[in-house]
Amino acid sequence: MTRTPLRPLARILHARSTGENPDSIERENLRLRHEVMRDKARGRAQLRLVVLALCFFSAFTVIGARMGTMAASVPEEPRTASAGTEIEASRADILDRHGRILATNMTTHALYVQTRDLVDPARVAKELAAIFPELDEATLLRRFTDGRSFLWVRKVLSPEQMQKVHEIGDPGLLFGPREMRLYPNGTLAAHVLGGASFGAEGVDSAEVIGTAGLEKFMDQRLRDPAQAGTPLVTSLDLTVQASVEDVLASGITMMNAKGGAAILMDVKTGEILALAAGPTFDPNDRPNNPTSGEPSDSPLFNRAVQGIYELGSTFKIFAAAQAIDLGLVTPETLVDANAPMRYGKFTIKEFENHNYGPMATVADIIAKSSNVGTAHIAMMIGGERQQAFLKSLGLFDASPVELVEAKGAKPLRPTRWPEIVTITAAYGHGVSGSPLNLATAYATIANGGIKVTPTLLKRTEPMKGARVMKKETALMAVSMMRRVVTEGTASLADVPGYAVAGKTGTAEKPKRGGGYDHEKVVNTFASVFPANDPKYVLVVTLDEPVETTGPKPRRTAGWTAVPVAAEIIRRAAPLLGLRPQVEPQPLDGLTAVKQ
Amino acid sequence: MRPVLYVLSFLAVLALGFWAYRENYTTQAALRDVTALQDEIAGIRESLAVQRAEWAYLNRPDRLRDLATLNFDRLGLLPMEPAQFGSAQQVAFPPAPIISNLDIASPQSVSGSLDVAAAEQTP
Repeated sequence: MTRTPLRPLARILHARSTGENPDSIERENLRLRHEVMRDKARGRAQLRLVVLALCFFSAFTVIGARMGTMAASVPEEPRTASAGTEIEASRADILDRHGRILATNMTTHALYVQTRDLVDPARVAKELAAIFPELDEATLLRRFTDGRSFLWVRKVLSPEQMQKVHEIGDPGLLFGPREMRLYPNGTLAAHVLGGASFGAEGVDSAEVIGTAGLEKFMDQRLRDPAQAGTPLVTSLDLTVQASVEDVLASGITMMNAKGGAAILMDVKTGEILALAAGPTFDPNDRPNNPTSGEPSDSPLFNRAVQGIYELGSTFKIFAAAQAIDLGLVTPETLVDANAPMRYGKFTIKEFENHNYGPMATVADIIAKSSNVGTAHIAMMIGGERQQAFLKSLGLFDASPVELVEAKGAKPLRPTRWPEIVTITAAYGHGVSGSPLNLATAYATIANGGIKVTPTLLKRTEPMKGARVMKKETALMAVSMMRRVVTEGTASLADVPGYAVAGKTGTAEKPKRGGGYDHEKVVNTFASVFPANDPKYVLVVTLDEPVETTGPKPRRTAGWTAVPVAAEIIRRAAPLLGLRPQVEPQPLDGLTAVKQ
Repeated sequence: MRPVLYVLSFLAVLALGFWAYRENYTTQAALRDVTALQDEIAGIRESLAVQRAEWAYLNRPDRLRDLATLNFDRLGLLPMEPAQFGSAQQVAFPPAPIISNLDIASPQSVSGSLDVAAAEQTP
């Protein structure tokens, strides 16, 4: 680049010759040069600003446009993502403890009508009514022509029905895909599973929501898309559940009962292996909730969880166990059992006015189910301690099991607790609970006195609950219950090889007007087996049973609930892999070496 | 030197453009493939679910019980009972193997003895 000199020689010489100051020429040139430099710098800076502004403008335009298109476009699944669970069913399956299906989904179609596209509404209405008997032709036609543009006809269709609808061939008849909840085992475990129905419905899909039982309780978990691929594994055992339901249903029929319930629970883990209630229903076609009459008359009523009954003499073992735990008595202590007993204006009598007194051992009181003896034991304990103990067994609170019905079934108990309540509560009158509450309390005793929390979900670890009573007390309580079976009121429960221990309970139902109805009873048998190493608790409750094979009708648990329970144990125990314990055999060479 | 560089970079841009064009179309084809595969997977999963449901439906305890009753004369199936548990003593011992060098009864023992002989010769 050529630089113009600040002091060009020609001009300097000329200036000198004319007597001007040559420095002014230099200053003038320097000024001019600075001006040029300044203009150049400004031009460059302006250019940079413009470029920068352009960059920012285009960047923001791109971002804005992208935001606009994203907001306006239809959401689309990422196609490059690895094919996996996101295409799976929308609601997780429910399995039993061995992975057999209890509830799953099936794809089906819903039928809807775009009335504007209907060619011949009258013919469509006629043919639809012929395919679906529950639809009425006149109603359909009225709804097709009353001005609405869209109409649901059926929520689910079978493939055959869909084909028939196709054959009508009207362009206004349209199908929307649907996921349908299917219970392949029909009525099996209906009261546990509950049921499901459609929530918000769209043309392309509809959400399936749980309406009762486990389906409703675990709704969030089952609908969670992140866990749709992992099925919910319950603690139920399908085969055991089927056997228990089978035996219970025959029991209800044979004992002429209104209903019944049976709960089989693992005492170590609190897992419910079978929970049956009768009468039952089909969750695939769940009946509507009853709007009138007694709710307990509906097949939807879950007697095992919602049935709050006075559980009668099954409570006596709690009084005996607590008295032993407090060191007040031992199973051999003699207690006053002289019947009838007077307490204020009340008279406490035994069943059929027996008298097991004047004195009886605690073990005999349990075996014979003496009200008076239990009353005396309860008086030794006192109301405060009795309430605390029953509460610690979970008999005063709604069961924490994973059924939506359980929350509403809170056991009933008097608000005040005078001594007469202490006495009646000891033999199970005046306080009520569900069979599940009772099963939980018995499981706690069978678990060596460590509190058990019932669950319907598979659990692999044993319970780590609080200790409610000493281990020795729990063992004594179980052996006292064993005596109830070997020489007491539950002799029909003696299943060879399974050493059943248990306690019967017969409670008369309270009448509407007050007092008790002698003809209507609730019979309960709560059992633990095998007695020498308790593994399972079984509670069988029958509602208003009567055994009529004898000369006069019998309504005690020993004649109704006990044989049903015995049959359940006989059927279920082998399925649980429980080997009957035969008399100890002399050791031969093989077993001796094995040990 | 500089013109060569210009030409080379121009050619490089051309080649890259061609590469990008091809990549674009392969990607689109791959995406179409993925979509088709995912549709297929969804279809297969659906039919699997249906098959599983059908399996569960056909194996429901009610039906099995009825079938066992219907075919009782052929199968003789009854609910499992406690008495059906056996003990180790009830299992018969397998017949004692006949250990004899002279009596080679089965071809298996022949080959066994040959193997032993071969093994002895090898070292």
